Amino acid sequence: MNEMKKVVISVLGLDRKGIIAKVSNVLYNNEANILDISQTIVSGYFTMILVADISAPGCSFDALSRELSDLGQELGVQIRTQLSEIFESMYRI
Amino acid sequence: MVTTSEILSTLRMIDKQKLDVRTITMGISLIGCVSDDDERLCKKVYDKICTLAGDLVSVGEAIEREFGVPIVNKRISVTPAALISGGMKEPVKLAKALDSAAMQTGVNFIGGYSALVHKAMTQADEKLISSMPEALSVTERLCGSVNVGSTRAGINMDAVALMGRVVKQLAENTKEQKGFGCAKLVIFANAVEDNPFMAGAFHGPGEGDCAINVGVSGPGVVKSALEGVKGKRFDEVAETIKKTAFSITRVGQLVAREASRRLNVPFGIVDLSLAPTPAVGDSVAQILEEMGLEVCGTHGTTAALALLNDAVKKGGVMASSHVGGLSGAFIPVSEDTGMIRAAERGALCLDKLEAMTCVCSVGLDMIAVPGDTPAETISAIIADEAAIGMVNNKTVAVRLIPIPGAKLGDSVEFGGLFGKAPVMAVHPFSSEKFIARGGRIPAPLQSLRN
Repeated sequence: MNEMKKVVISVLGLDRKGIIAKVSNVLYNNEANILDISQTIVSGYFTMILVADISAPGCSFDALSRELSDLGQELGVQIRTQLSEIFESMYRI
Repeated sequence: MVTTSEILSTLRMIDKQKLDVRTITMGISLIGCVSDDDERLCKKVYDKICTLAGDLVSVGEAIEREFGVPIVNKRISVTPAALISGGMKEPVKLAKALDSAAMQTGVNFIGGYSALVHKAMTQADEKLISSMPEALSVTERLCGSVNVGSTRAGINMDAVALMGRVVKQLAENTKEQKGFGCAKLVIFANAVEDNPFMAGAFHGPGEGDCAINVGVSGPGVVKSALEGVKGKRFDEVAETIKKTAFSITRVGQLVAREASRRLNVPFGIVDLSLAPTPAVGDSVAQILEEMGLEVCGTHGTTAALALLNDAVKKGGVMASSHVGGLSGAFIPVSEDTGMIRAAERGALCLDKLEAMTCVCSVGLDMIAVPGDTPAETISAIIADEAAIGMVNNKTVAVRLIPIPGAKLGDSVEFGGLFGKAPVMAVHPFSSEKFIARGGRIPAPLQSLRN
């Protein structure tokens, strides 16, 4: 059993229809499993933080990251994919 | 689990406050490459570097991509060249081999065209140092350094005198690039063996075969954090810097651990430094100004810097398993927009910078001086700085650029990370007879310290 490899996907930008649906779809196609999702809208600005497990054998970080970034361009929002360790190490001992 | 606000705070640090890892530097020992045949030695050096560091840049880029944090430089440091060049007829050939290895591996700098002469010079040291004006002008990515003093050995004043002449000649040899060769040469006292930052990086003789050292940065993050405690007492300022330095250093530690694992090279140290860049908002001077100084260089600057330097270390130490290198705030003039502005306004002079180096890392760094500054004056500036390091048991360095043809008030653009250098005044009075003496300034007492 592989150790779980987690990514944090952050989506920032102007709100519009279908952001969550399209992001989830890319994750599904890449065999990533969504672990947690939180979303807020502050004065029209959409902020979604999504945590996903990418340890499935068919899931490649680079492919997922690229597809999400391309999707961000298409939707006019910024989508970033980062290994979760960077956040964990900065705020947890 | 981390919270949304923590995630957003990290993203803000990266996007707005220029949080980055300044460098992943692979230290490589070249001791095993010694040969009495110049060509053979150079081939062994080239092959060893290219084998060990072949994946350094690609691994660095992968870590950058996956963690989403910029890693600005990937670099190599090697054994001080004078330790392996003793049998060589022409040390410049080694300089060229090191430069070619840097090109081949894709790193932007390779450091270690160096000699450790804090007590005395061997023939090999002298030959290598004398070759520096040529070696650092015919190569592109090679950096060199010379350690001229230490707390235990005192100051080698013969070496100090020689370095004044080397700096002048190197400036002359690179006058087409406004003396830029001098930006690749650092003169140290109490040099450290595991420094990942250029131009002074080398892989000391006490190091192992290979190590990964990481230099963190983030003046912009510290400045932004201090904006949240405007007008508050210094106790709070220090606490805020410590907490920020902790977070910054954790990123460095993570990157160092990952790089070490992926390259299968032991992790050496994380260097806790605040290294500015010419980018807006990435300035150490602006942190000092945020503490309440009208402009960096005015009265109070040394105290502000002392607090900053100490708090960065206190915050960073717990964030990493091994801390080393230079570890402190850097104050390179040309690479820091706040310092440049302070110098241009006349608030920051060489003497104040010298005082500031007593309480921070590293020394008189990236300072342009008039082209007609005598070699003896440069040597005397080096001697003053080495004395500060020697007496205070700290690393100090001098990286001066006597720009050929430039006068006081001129300003020279080096571009990129090296920034813009306003030409600063040196004292017009002679130090010639002082430097002409030669010999050694004895090591200071380490007790009876008052």
